[in-house]
Amino acid sequence: MTTFQMTVSPDFPPNRIAGWYIFNTWLQKATGLNIHLELYTDFEGQRQAVEEDRVDIIYANPYDAAMLIREKGFEALARPKGKVDEAVVVTRADAPYNAVDDLKPGLRLAATNDPAVYLLGMMMLEPAELDAENLQIQQVESYPIAAKLLLQGEADLAFFLKEAFDKLSSLTREQLKVLVESQIGDLFHTFLVGPRLAEHKETLREALLHMHETPKGKDALESLGFEGWENVSPAEADFMINLIEALK
Amino acid sequence: MEDMRPEDIVGEYREYTLTYYDGTSRKVLVTDIETPYPDGKLIVSTTDTEGVITHANQAFVDMSGYTREELIGQPHYILRHPDMPKAAFRDMWETIQAGKTWRGYVKNLRKDGGYYLVYATVMPNFDKQGNIVGYTSVRRKPSRRKMEEALALYAKMLAEEKAQEGRA
Repeated sequence: MTTFQMTVSPDFPPNRIAGWYIFNTWLQKATGLNIHLELYTDFEGQRQAVEEDRVDIIYANPYDAAMLIREKGFEALARPKGKVDEAVVVTRADAPYNAVDDLKPGLRLAATNDPAVYLLGMMMLEPAELDAENLQIQQVESYPIAAKLLLQGEADLAFFLKEAFDKLSSLTREQLKVLVESQIGDLFHTFLVGPRLAEHKETLREALLHMHETPKGKDALESLGFEGWENVSPAEADFMINLIEALK
Repeated sequence: MEDMRPEDIVGEYREYTLTYYDGTSRKVLVTDIETPYPDGKLIVSTTDTEGVITHANQAFVDMSGYTREELIGQPHYILRHPDMPKAAFRDMWETIQAGKTWRGYVKNLRKDGGYYLVYATVMPNFDKQGNIVGYTSVRRKPSRRKMEEALALYAKMLAEEKAQEGRA
């Protein structure tokens, strides 16, 4: 029996690792498919796996979803109900800036390698004519590290996935301030399947859309912090891809 | 398209008649009141191949002052401001009809006669056979300095267009 490979965008919070394994166990039972879950700690590792066609199922951020659909023939089946991806640009609470227009070239920016958050963050700095050329960009491994650099005065600005920023401790958040927050509402993580799973895609979609209806499905959703899944049509996916393309 | 109505306008206004590429014209009423572009938002719309609006997000509704029902089904030039030269839009149409992405600074007209300033990206949407089936336009907050440079250029272009029309 074929074993399909599943992975998850490396921007998931570390406390959800177990949740993804629970999800995979549930998904295999619900669909009768053999699925191996491989979690990558960074985007590079995951990108290489995609390049080498070692990924069949992926829970991807909007940027990677756009690439997977356009270049690798993936199809978006579902998205977590009610969840959208937004980004925030953050500085220290006592920093001398209160708006994007106060920012000047030369500032030190801490950013993770999450491509969707980076794109949104840069879009929000554009009105102040800031870009990769005139900022000192420090790539960091995680959002808590970005927060630490801000608090230690080693970075002036940082980009966060809004959800990740909201999950920082209240003590940390009190020492930081949000300069600007994206309010797009049309970008979201999606559950995608690759061409090798074409004949099983409706089985997978149905399983996801009804997941919240059984106690075991509900438990697995809770371990991911999701309420349920909702359908993504090809038109919705296209719309999201166009947004990402426009922001590049 | 219907003329703009004085009862929709906020503040003192000037009157212009705009003639669009399809030969239709419309009376527009214009004030000098700017609605500042909100941080972090994107205005998104889609049109069919003729430029008729098929989708408008909430930011588009909020910034244009029209309801979604008033926007859907109208040509995108419902937002055309008389300070914008025709050549800017000609360049945009030539670019997107050739299957490429157009980016530029645009002054848009609101329903209440005021205006808002954007940095726009307009791109064609393709079907699986590679045919253009419509366009997506995404507008974001522009840099103030680059916007002012663009407006100065547009003022020159507009003056030239008017001089040419006068000679014709």
